[in-house]
Formats: sequence, structure tokens, C-alpha cells
Amino acid sequence: MATTALIKTKKIGKQIGIYIAIIGAILLSSFLFTSEVAYNKTLFLSLSLGLIGSGVLVYTYYLYVGTLPGIKNNGVWFSSISSTGILAWIAGVVLTLFYVALYWYPHWLGLRSDGKSTGLVALFDPLSVLLNGKAATQWFVYGTLYTFSILIFGVKYIVKYRHSRYQIIRTCSVMFFQLSFAFLIPEILSKLNSDLPYFGKDLKNMWPLNYYFFESWHLKNLLNSGGIGLFFLIFGIAMIFVISPILTYFFGKRWYCSWVCGCGALAETAGDSFRQLSSKKVSVWKIERWLIHTVLVFAFITTIALIWSFIRRNAELSIISGDQFIWGIVSLLIISMVAIYLFKRKDFSKDALYSIISIGIIIIGILCINYFSGEKNILFINSYKYSKWYGFFIGAAFSGIIGVGFYPILGGRVWCRFGCPMAAILGFQQRILSRFRITTNGGQCISCGNCSTYCEMGIDVRSYAQKGQNIVRSSCVGCGVCSAVCPRGVLNLENSSMKNRINNVSNPLGSK
Amino acid sequence: MNKSTTQLPIVIIGNGISGVSTARHIRKNSNIPIVIISEESKYFFSRTALMYIYMGHMKFEHTQPYENSFWKKNNIQLLQKRVVNVNTKEKNVVFSDNASLKYEKLVLATGSTPNKFGWEGQDLDAVQGMYSKQDLESLEKWSPSIKSAVIVGGGLIGIELAEMLHSRNIKVTFLVREKSFWSGVLPPEESEMINKHIIANGIDLKLETNLAAIKGDENGRAKEVHTDKGEIIPCQFVGLTAGVRPNIDFLKDSDIELDRGILVDSFLQTNEKDIYAIGDCAQQRTAIGLRRPIEAVWYTGRIMGETLAKTLTGSPTKYTPSNWFNSAKFFEIEYQTYGWVFSNPPEGTTQFIWQHESKNLLVRFSYSTKDKLFLGINTFGIRMRHECFEKWLNEKQSINYVIEHLNEAIFDPEFYPHYEKNILKLWQQQH
Repeated sequence: MATTALIKTKKIGKQIGIYIAIIGAILLSSFLFTSEVAYNKTLFLSLSLGLIGSGVLVYTYYLYVGTLPGIKNNGVWFSSISSTGILAWIAGVVLTLFYVALYWYPHWLGLRSDGKSTGLVALFDPLSVLLNGKAATQWFVYGTLYTFSILIFGVKYIVKYRHSRYQIIRTCSVMFFQLSFAFLIPEILSKLNSDLPYFGKDLKNMWPLNYYFFESWHLKNLLNSGGIGLFFLIFGIAMIFVISPILTYFFGKRWYCSWVCGCGALAETAGDSFRQLSSKKVSVWKIERWLIHTVLVFAFITTIALIWSFIRRNAELSIISGDQFIWGIVSLLIISMVAIYLFKRKDFSKDALYSIISIGIIIIGILCINYFSGEKNILFINSYKYSKWYGFFIGAAFSGIIGVGFYPILGGRVWCRFGCPMAAILGFQQRILSRFRITTNGGQCISCGNCSTYCEMGIDVRSYAQKGQNIVRSSCVGCGVCSAVCPRGVLNLENSSMKNRINNVSNPLGSK
Repeated sequence: MNKSTTQLPIVIIGNGISGVSTARHIRKNSNIPIVIISEESKYFFSRTALMYIYMGHMKFEHTQPYENSFWKKNNIQLLQKRVVNVNTKEKNVVFSDNASLKYEKLVLATGSTPNKFGWEGQDLDAVQGMYSKQDLESLEKWSPSIKSAVIVGGGLIGIELAEMLHSRNIKVTFLVREKSFWSGVLPPEESEMINKHIIANGIDLKLETNLAAIKGDENGRAKEVHTDKGEIIPCQFVGLTAGVRPNIDFLKDSDIELDRGILVDSFLQTNEKDIYAIGDCAQQRTAIGLRRPIEAVWYTGRIMGETLAKTLTGSPTKYTPSNWFNSAKFFEIEYQTYGWVFSNPPEGTTQFIWQHESKNLLVRFSYSTKDKLFLGINTFGIRMRHECFEKWLNEKQSINYVIEHLNEAIFDPEFYPHYEKNILKLWQQQH
């Protein structure tokens, strides 16, 4: 009878948790409609976030109390929020509206250009002043809520996957990088260097995910910010050319995508309830490959054009000429293409082919920039405008609205899968030059489909596992959930010698 | 395709893992027309995953390993029909609607059906096995009105059904005939660990208890179970999971030779020339090593299918399964086994067991007493590499070698605690 009592307690406890969180959310959103400025902001900010946070924690506690450590996916496809039911659509609309307001209508949130904001933005003033010394902006509100979600849902994730040390440590890692590198350190650095112009201070937010890194205003601000600016410029470039390739070689792209990256952090924590919604259809995989490589080409050409025009216009700040830069990039790309062809030919698959095509298009694009454009224009378009459009379509519309707003409809990794140019580059390296793979355990697969269902990147893991093939896919972010949900211990994330990493066997173990 | 329209097809009855493996591997080597017949479901799904549909982990479509377009693309024809007889003289199969289909070669891969032992009330409403898609649909239909359920039979399907019902907050009483759960296969320590784990999950486990009768209510639905100990357990559902037997009743009037299953030779051929049987429904005429003549196991079905496909595409191949392996999951505890570890160690073999003092982790090795050859391993809660044991068993490695190299075989995710040193230490203490 103890169980019946427990079931009842759990049910009531979960409901109480949801109500507390809803009250917090209503309280928080009520500030959208206030123009009052003189009230105890610290109290109400703490109260609303505190209620949301404790509501989620109470819910988590009663959801998992009395359960033994292990996979907890009971009822995922029965619940409205996690199976694209009515609640999922409501959540999707609310999130999307929030992003629309954030990017294009920040005054909906209370932002005023004179610095005397009202509404939701003003509510965050005390925290903003504490951290960076200035009144809050809509971006500060966003950053706070983003980090807050990762921390709260990170705790839920850890409780849910408490049987798996890999999941616990990985989640602690994304929570740490979001809280410190993405949130606290940049804010505090701005406070300490309030006289310096703005530049990105999130060390881990590297190009091309950080699409404005090479924009001319950003490069100027970096170069005009003394030692600290120079440090961020050099570190940013070192991340791209040294740190990232080395880490990706040893650990696969997971070192970034599911251990460090902020987009990944939100997808893995707040987005965990939606990971099963990603489509595994072969046709969607095709769309994915075209789309992500198109974004990569777009990002690359934009960046090259930006740097090129920056060099042209700021010759005194540069050590090389525009022509040297262009030809340098072209030779680098050609050398890597030839090297890949010579040494990696046999590993070629569609993925690699798409990437090669991308690189080819980039080269042509760059040469066009060099030959057909004047001082300021690339491809007859103003490069500033070009990058603005990139920011609009890719930075805001894709990564924000579709990437997060559509979490409850398309799953948590839509941006990472279809749009992130960073993921495309890391994925390309993961496919051809990395020690990472997911190994399958001989003949033990029973084709149940849990691995494919819970792959947030939409990889049909089962199709490899049932053949006994290793999974070496450029899109795999190494979250480790396929391995966790496998009921037969078939899948394992491993770093090992690149020899025989890709094993195109067609029969798993079993016959002599 | 044009050329093959005049050619009679290879007809496969049953679209489980055995039949589908056969079809896929035939298609890899040949364009022979293939027809797969199944009444249960048009498209192939993973039977082992039915439980996850009930528990809400997956939807039915997720359990289908191939997209629906796959079959047409590979020119494999699917027929959702019931076969009622096989006419070996005319070389055709007869359907329940009296239509028939001629075959060039016939593959019987009809799987199993749950055992019923003539219990009183076994045919009442809300009394069923848990094997087919239809079983799942029936269980789903009864579920809203089930508060408590009784499961009869302590094997793998029984514990899975217990987990399924438990996930819907249904109170489960689990009747097990043996002294301990699955004790015909699991040695005492393993079995005892699972007993405790079943109870820890809130299941009312009744060991050494048999079903005497199921009583129905006025509507003909099960309302209580009477045990052989005189206990009466009220319930709204009874799961019969006392094992399975080959699903071959429709062949009783055919010329195909049957025993408990369809008798096959080492090429998986029946007494009829162009008829083969594979998977759960096949019974080996000659025993293969220590294997049972009928093996109702996913892996065996798959391997038989792969083997038979070779024979059917021109390279006759004997069914020679490699070292025995299997796996299961008991609620949260994962189990893998490689080679032979018996619940009662046969003469001339010795076992060595390591068990964690608090966690559900256990490893048991079996080896030959005289020359200390490694024979098999049971592992609970620690994932191990199939490839390693396959290799070590083929190389006839010693038990010492295996225990010393156990770290190579660990397949647990990164950062998981390792116990190979504890195992080695215990081994050295005892020897």
C-alpha cells in the first residue's frame, strides 16, 4: 500500500511544483505591463525567479522520488508537452513571441533608448548594475533567463540521469561554462573595463558561431581596447585555428557542442524533454546536409569579405594586404582539399563530398570578391549590409526563433543540426580527422529503436548498431544519450586510434 | 523486375527478425522476387520494443527499423494475410480467404506463441500473453480499467510485462513457479539479486507459487486469481508469460515434419526440399554444441536468416552459430552473457563470482576445472565487449588471462567506476 500512497504524493507534489513555477512565470510576465519604476525590483526579481526555480525543483523532486536510478522515459509520448500536443504548441508560440520581441521589438519588453527602461527590462536593473554596473538591456534579460534555464533544467537533467556519470559530468560542464564564461565573466569584465568599447567577452563563443567576430566594428573595438582587446582577438583566433582542431581531433566535436557551447547547453537541459522530436527520416538528413553546408558557405564568404574590406579600409591596422589575405585563404583551402583527397579518399561519403563542394563554392566566392568588387563592395553588395542580413537570417531568425522557439515542435537541436556553421566545421573535422566514434557492441543490438528515437540530432543510430557498424557521423554532438537509453549495452562513445574507425561491415557478430 | 515476373518468388512467412534478415540478405546478392507474408503487421517492427511503446518511450513507428519506402525500393513485396496451410505438392501457401500463392522456395519464420497450460479461466477476457502487436493492443484496451494485475510465469517476458504495467502505476503481483526468479537460467546469486530488484520496484513477487485458476466476473472478464497455496488475488488483468512455443499449428495438416518445432537439418531445410524454417519456430534435428534444439532468441533468428540467405542465393551454407551470447534488462539492471554459464555448473566446470557489496553489479566466470579454460561470463550492471569474449573463447584463453585482461572488455561509458582490479584481487585471494 506504500506504493499507492507514494503515487498519490508524487502526483500532488508534481502539481504543486508546476503551480509554483506558473505563479513565478505569471509574476515575471506581469512586469511586461508595468510602467512603474519605483518599486523594490530586487525583491520582485528574486521572488519571480525564485518561484520558477523552486517550482521546477519541487516538480523534479516529486517526479523522481521513489524511483530507482535508470532511464526515465515513461510516458514521454503520452504527455502533451513532450509529444507535440496542445501544450507544446502553446509553449512554442510563447517562446517564439519572446524571440520576436527580443530581436525586433525590444520596447515590448520595456526597453527605452534613454536608458530609463520600464517593464521586464527594468526589473533586471539591480542584477545588471551589480554585475556590469549599467542598467539592464533586453540582452541582459535574455542572458539571465537563458543561464537560469540551463542551471535549473540542468539540475533536473542530473537527477533524471543520475545513474550515468558521463551525463552528470557533462551537464556540470555546460552549466559551468554558461554561468561563468558566457554570463558572469563577460558582465564583470564590462564593469571593470567600462571605458572600453563593446566587444564579445565570451571566450568560448568562437567564430563562426559568433558571426560578428570578424565584423569591422568588432575588430576595431578589439584593436582599440588595449591589452584585453588584443588578448580576446588572439585567443579567438587561436580557438579557431589551434585549440578547436586539437580538441576535436582528440575528443570529437562533443568537446564543444555538448560540453561547452551555450546553444548545446540549453538544448541538453531545457531541451531534453524534446530530444525525441527530431526527425530521423532519410529525406530530412538530405535537407540537413544541404542546409548546414549552405549556411557554412554563407558564413565563410561573409567573413572573408568582411576581413578583406576591413584590411582595405584600415591598412594601418593590418599586417597584410587584402590581396595577400585572399590568396592566403585560397591556398589554404586548396591545400586542405588536396590533402583530404590524397589521404582521406577512402573515407569519403556523402558528408565529405558535400563539404568539399562547399569549400569549392567558397573559393569561387572569394575569387569573385577579389575580382569583381571595388573598395567597399563585395559581389556588388555592401559588405556591411551583407553581414547585417546574415545576422538577421542566421543569427536571429534561425538560431533564435527556429532554434529555440520551435524546441517543443522540432526538438532542441534544430539550429545545431540544420544551421550552425560551427557545427558544420567541427563535424567535417570529426568525420575525417578525429579519434572519436560511437562503437557498437558486436551482435547485441535488438533494433528496438530507443537510440534513434532519443537522438536529438536525428541520426538513425539503430541503422548502424544493427549492422555492427561504428557511428562516425559529422552531426553527432556526443551527448551520450543513445548509449544511456540502450537497453542492451550496445553503444559506447569512445576516443581511440583512427585505424579501422570506419568499419563498413554488413553483418554483426554471430556466425562463424 | 521484368525478367523476374515470370519467376516464382521466394515466399517468407513471418516478418520478424528472422524472415526480414533472410529477405534483406537475399536482396543483397540477388534479384529473385521475394514476398513476405505476415498477418500481424504489414511492416517489420522490433518485437523486443513493444514494451517501450506501452511505457511511452516510443511510438509504434519508432520500432520500425526501416522506413516504409524501404521495401518497395528493395523490391520486396509485403502481404498482410493469414496463412492457413502449406501445400507442398503444389508448392503453394493457402490463405484464410482461400486464395493461394505459389512459391519457388518457402521460408517458415513464424515465431512463437505464448504457452497456455490448460488453466481454468485461461480464455477469459483480460487474460493474455504479451508477444504480438495484437497482444499489445489488447493490453492497451484493458489498461484504463486495470488497477491490479497478476503475472504468471517468471521469465523474461514476465518481468518485462511487470515493468510495463508498473510504469502505468498498476499494482502487479508476480507469480513465479520456481524458488527464485528465472532460476533455470540464472545461478542463485544473480537470481536473488533480481528477486530483490523486482521487490524494490514495488512488485509483489510470490515465489514457488503456481496458478490454480482464474475466475471471471459476470461479463466473462478475469476478476481474481487463485494460487495453489489457496490465496485469492483480486485483479482486472492476468498476464500469461509461462514461456513460448513454436507457432506451427497451421502446419499440422501439411507434409512438413514437426516435433515441438519444425524439424530442420544443418542447412535449415525441412524434410521438404524447397522449404526451410528459421528462428523461434525451427527445431534442430541434431544438437549444435550445448545449444537447445529450439532457441527463441532475437539473435539466433537474425543469424539463421543471414545464413539461410546464402543458401538461397546459390552458396549452400550450414548454420554454424558462433559462441553463445544473450542479453536482457531486468527493470534497471542490464544483463549480458557470453559463452556458457549454467545455473547448475556441470561436472568438470568451476565458477568464480564477484559481487559489489551494495550496488547491483555482479560478474560470474565459468571455466573448466582441470585445464582452467575460460568458458563463459555473466555480467550484471557492467557492460562488456562482445568482440573480446568472442575472440577469447575462440582462442581458448585461460581464465587467468581473461580476468587479467578484463579491462579490455569493459564497455561502460566514460567516467564510470571500474572494478576490474577488485575482481582480479578477489580472484587472486581465492586462488
